[in-house]
Amino acid sequence: MAEFTIKTARCKGCGICVAFCPKQVLEVDELGKVQVVNREACIVCGQCELRCPDYAIFVDKGGATA
Amino acid sequence: MERSFEKYFRQNRLPHMWCPGCGNGIVTKAVIMAIEKAGFSQDNTVIVSGIGCSSRASGYMDFDTLHTAHGRAIPFATGVKMANPDLNVIVLTGDGDCTAIGGNHFIHGCRRNVDLTVVLFNNNIYGMTGGQASPMTPTGKKATTAPYGAIDRPFDACKLAEAAGATYVARSTAFHVQHLADMIKGGLDSHGFSFIEAMCQCPTAFGRNNKMADPAKMMMALRDGVMMKAAWDKLPAEKQAERFPIGVLCQKEYIDYAKAYDTVIEKAGGRA
Repeated sequence: MAEFTIKTARCKGCGICVAFCPKQVLEVDELGKVQVVNREACIVCGQCELRCPDYAIFVDKGGATA
Repeated sequence: MERSFEKYFRQNRLPHMWCPGCGNGIVTKAVIMAIEKAGFSQDNTVIVSGIGCSSRASGYMDFDTLHTAHGRAIPFATGVKMANPDLNVIVLTGDGDCTAIGGNHFIHGCRRNVDLTVVLFNNNIYGMTGGQASPMTPTGKKATTAPYGAIDRPFDACKLAEAAGATYVARSTAFHVQHLADMIKGGLDSHGFSFIEAMCQCPTAFGRNNKMADPAKMMMALRDGVMMKAAWDKLPAEKQAERFPIGVLCQKEYIDYAKAYDTVIEKAGGRA
């Protein structure tokens, strides 16, 4: 399963990752920070990481047991 | 997992000061990715920037950096390169910095063919000073100094660079991150004046004035407003006006300024 590294202090809640996620995995919470809400659906395409202007989100393929 | 490019950032300076959704952060990352791909070290790379939102990028990058006077990044970089031609010198500049205040420095940098890589962050506006129209604000778009829409025609900085003599000219956008990194890498690899226009979004100063405050929607507009050069070339002329071509627009060979100056040094009796 996908493994997310989120550097919350860097996130400004612009919503670019949320908009470009093809599987609706991410959401901006009420504090204006990105949150993983549907980790199972993630296909590790990396669109969120690629276009994050704040280097706040990183996604990796987890191991088989992860 | 931490990415390998994280070591090129000054960690204690992050998060950066750019607005939420600003494209400058994406372009900065593309520059970092290109530097990493080109295999440059932190000791032989100098980042020079002028004044403006985009020019703050040098402060976040862990190289030898120089934050200079408004519009004067290219002259400072020329000085660095001439003093030590072994250094890789990269200039980060904005549309106002490069084509307005620094317009003459820009065309003469191209004319001399100084071995620099200039990345122009084109967000179509003066963001930092409050959203004034820049020479690259598209006709009809609103700015605080053009509340009824700009009547000026915008510069095509790539055509300007090509006409002035730059030997590598490319364009990409903040949407096409990997393509942008490849274009910058092409500039880093080539000798002579390399110019890369990185179109990016400014949701705060440009977007809010033009009913496009959502950064993700602005990025989609960037995506839809461009076309790969090979496909663009086949379009009829009236369709070409609607989109910008992206990719390598011009690549040629010409002696770079430092090499040309070597001949002067030789004629004058060689290095001391």
